[in-house]
Amino acid sequence: MDIERSRDRFAPHYLEHEKWKLGDYGAHPIDKYLRPGRIPHIWCSGCGLGISMTCFISALEESGLPLDKNCVVSGIGCTGRVAGYLKLDSYHTTHGRPIPFATGLKLGNPELTVTVFSGDGDLFAIGGNHFIHAARRNVDINVICVNNFNYGMTGGQVGPTTHLKARTTTTPYGNFEQAFNLPHVAVASGAVYVARWTTLHARRLKASIKEALLKKGFCFIEIIAPCPTAYGRRNRLGTGLNEMKYYKEHSVIRHNADPAEAELVLGGDILVGKFRDEEKPTFLDMQKEGTLDVMSGKGGSKK
Amino acid sequence: MNQREILTGEHFMNGDEASAEGAIAAGCRFFAGYPITPATEIAERMSRRLPEVGGIYIQMEDELASMGAILGASWAGVKTMTATSGPGFSLMMENYGLGVMTETPCVIVDIMRGGPSTGLPTLVSQGDVMQSRWGTHGDIGVIAFTPSSPQEMFDCTIKAFNLSEQFRLPVVVLGDEIVGHMTEKVVIPKKEDIKLYSRRKPKVKPNNYLPFAPDDDLVPPMACAGEGYNVHVTGLTHDERGYPVINAEAQEKLVGRIVDKIRKNANKIIEYEEIKTRGSDVVVVAYGSVSRCGKEAVRMARAEKMNVGLLRPLTIWPFPEKRLRKLSEKVKAFVVPEVNYGQIAFEVERCVASNSQTLLLPKMGGDIHTPEDIFKGIKEMI
Amino acid sequence: MKLWRKPLDADDWEPPKGKIYIIEERCKGCGFCEEFCPRKVLEESDKYNSRGYHPPEVVNPDDCVHCELCELICPEFAIFVLDAKEMESKKPKKKRGKGGGSKKTSQKKKSSKKQTSKKTKKGGRK
Repeated sequence: MDIERSRDRFAPHYLEHEKWKLGDYGAHPIDKYLRPGRIPHIWCSGCGLGISMTCFISALEESGLPLDKNCVVSGIGCTGRVAGYLKLDSYHTTHGRPIPFATGLKLGNPELTVTVFSGDGDLFAIGGNHFIHAARRNVDINVICVNNFNYGMTGGQVGPTTHLKARTTTTPYGNFEQAFNLPHVAVASGAVYVARWTTLHARRLKASIKEALLKKGFCFIEIIAPCPTAYGRRNRLGTGLNEMKYYKEHSVIRHNADPAEAELVLGGDILVGKFRDEEKPTFLDMQKEGTLDVMSGKGGSKK
Repeated sequence: MNQREILTGEHFMNGDEASAEGAIAAGCRFFAGYPITPATEIAERMSRRLPEVGGIYIQMEDELASMGAILGASWAGVKTMTATSGPGFSLMMENYGLGVMTETPCVIVDIMRGGPSTGLPTLVSQGDVMQSRWGTHGDIGVIAFTPSSPQEMFDCTIKAFNLSEQFRLPVVVLGDEIVGHMTEKVVIPKKEDIKLYSRRKPKVKPNNYLPFAPDDDLVPPMACAGEGYNVHVTGLTHDERGYPVINAEAQEKLVGRIVDKIRKNANKIIEYEEIKTRGSDVVVVAYGSVSRCGKEAVRMARAEKMNVGLLRPLTIWPFPEKRLRKLSEKVKAFVVPEVNYGQIAFEVERCVASNSQTLLLPKMGGDIHTPEDIFKGIKEMI
Repeated sequence: MKLWRKPLDADDWEPPKGKIYIIEERCKGCGFCEEFCPRKVLEESDKYNSRGYHPPEVVNPDDCVHCELCELICPEFAIFVLDAKEMESKKPKKKRGKGGGSKKTSQKKKSSKKQTSKKTKKGGRK
């Protein structure tokens, strides 16, 4: 790496934008939350990841939480790249392991607000076990899963959320496996906050992320996002815009719905809303109560 | 509570427990693990002791998660450790690589048992030596200790923490089942007699900080989460800013440095014990529990007027190759008893092949060599 | 959406006005902002950016009510809205985002305003 390039990091944001031949005003208000020199991002035209990130940043801004105490942990995949664009303490870990990493980060320094930002394959296929156990323990982290129904980064293979009958590069005859219903998995595993939105519901999504950021306990938000290049193309869903229009026509907003009804079918309605919002002691609360109080109360149990 | 931090005094404890005490004395305040014979006693001890000193014990869902959690906690600024045995160590390889790539200080205690696969859960082996060196994909710099007694389990765990903090990498303590379950006297020194090293913090302001720009010793100072440095940490090949750069040049620079920071500082890291090697015709190279039998074999050989010595690497990685090359100038043969089918023997042969012979005394695990076994090997080579 | 009655304070209340800024070089032409703007302020333009996409242009600047949906829904961080009155009364300040406020930017602003107005006149391009 040459020294000149490394100095990009220190350049004020507007310098970066001079390269972009700006229109009539300086920087985008969101740019101060992005790492300089990293935009344009790698995501395709019509991808929903940029919207998810904007909603997260806006929610973070509105939450009033100190930025220096906010961390984002990502796994591998298209969504895994989120960590690389956000100007926070951000960790891009191994495939499927962002939740254990985030668990360590939160327990190591409980002052931090830790958000896991990853994809459906990362969180529910290779990392499924970590998800259900972190939810069961009620570790105080937020998990945002951007669900695009396939493995986009590797070119569109079948994943744990791929619709039944959908075509991907590894299901040339149509997918014959049942798909995960993510809100149902999360509620059953013990998450205290569970919501699902599509990228079209940007404002509601933002409000939901804000709630999750300010809430204690394991919060889960599923974001249904278009993947026109890998998934949309093979299933004739059209462009990203077509998928967004589909969300507009087929989304049903219903709060406190039974998550069992939130299953997704190719060409069917999408049930969105807040499925669960409850209070439960977190892992650290329980740990304090279960060890420290016992130790100080009885003084026994020591060797 | 602080009185419980370091249990100064003489104790009768097994190697696993000594390792746990070493960790707590070294300042470890986060342990994530998964039960596995023969390392379970470490987790058990930690689950009792960590709350006493204000630390956190968490039993994860598997070893993949255990390793991930200690990396996360390390980035939160805490000294962290996990403990496992072969099957779990295999699962940890993925995040072990992440720890090396992201230069995350932490300690892994691997109490070796018979393998491959489930193998011999309750019996000894030394089969993970090469796994600790090459188990994760790609080229890595490695530090690993092979203690041979509970006292050394205590000492090596502290050393492992110090080196991991100093050189920013996961350090492995390779105990074997015999050392882990052996109960002996362990002397825990006073707090002021235990030297501790903590990771270097950046001295510059966040705007001028390059998280992966190394100092002269090739180790970059480390800013943890919540300190305002907004560091990006990735397992992808990255530049000094920490941003992913996918090309040969960046790979050369980063991976080269990660390997070199151990290679070039090897003299500061390597520790070994030598017994009567001066003027010896045959030298036994043994580590871990086997080295205790090796010592007895050397004593037996010396009693029969044979010129035999012993070299016992305490840091099996980096390997004391310079010392072995030097010894090979005068020593006729090296005898290497190992509880595997030849792992360190080939390392020894690599170093000494031009001058001396190497004899491997393998054992497949479940049991270690008797002194007589090794003595027979010595007689063969003399 | 049809209002079922006129709000009582509708006459006292002035709807907010937004001014839309487009970073054309960032645009990947997904069309989300154009499609989902509730007041149909934006339309695809004829021009190309250096990557060959058609960035949006403001065709009905007076209709913008500063709802910021385009800003939120743009996956490329390429479009944002500021309060129009504030922007007219004051020179752009560093209030939102750094940069701006320099002489250069204000000049640029004027020139592009002319451009937009011209285009609006063209009208029924499609």
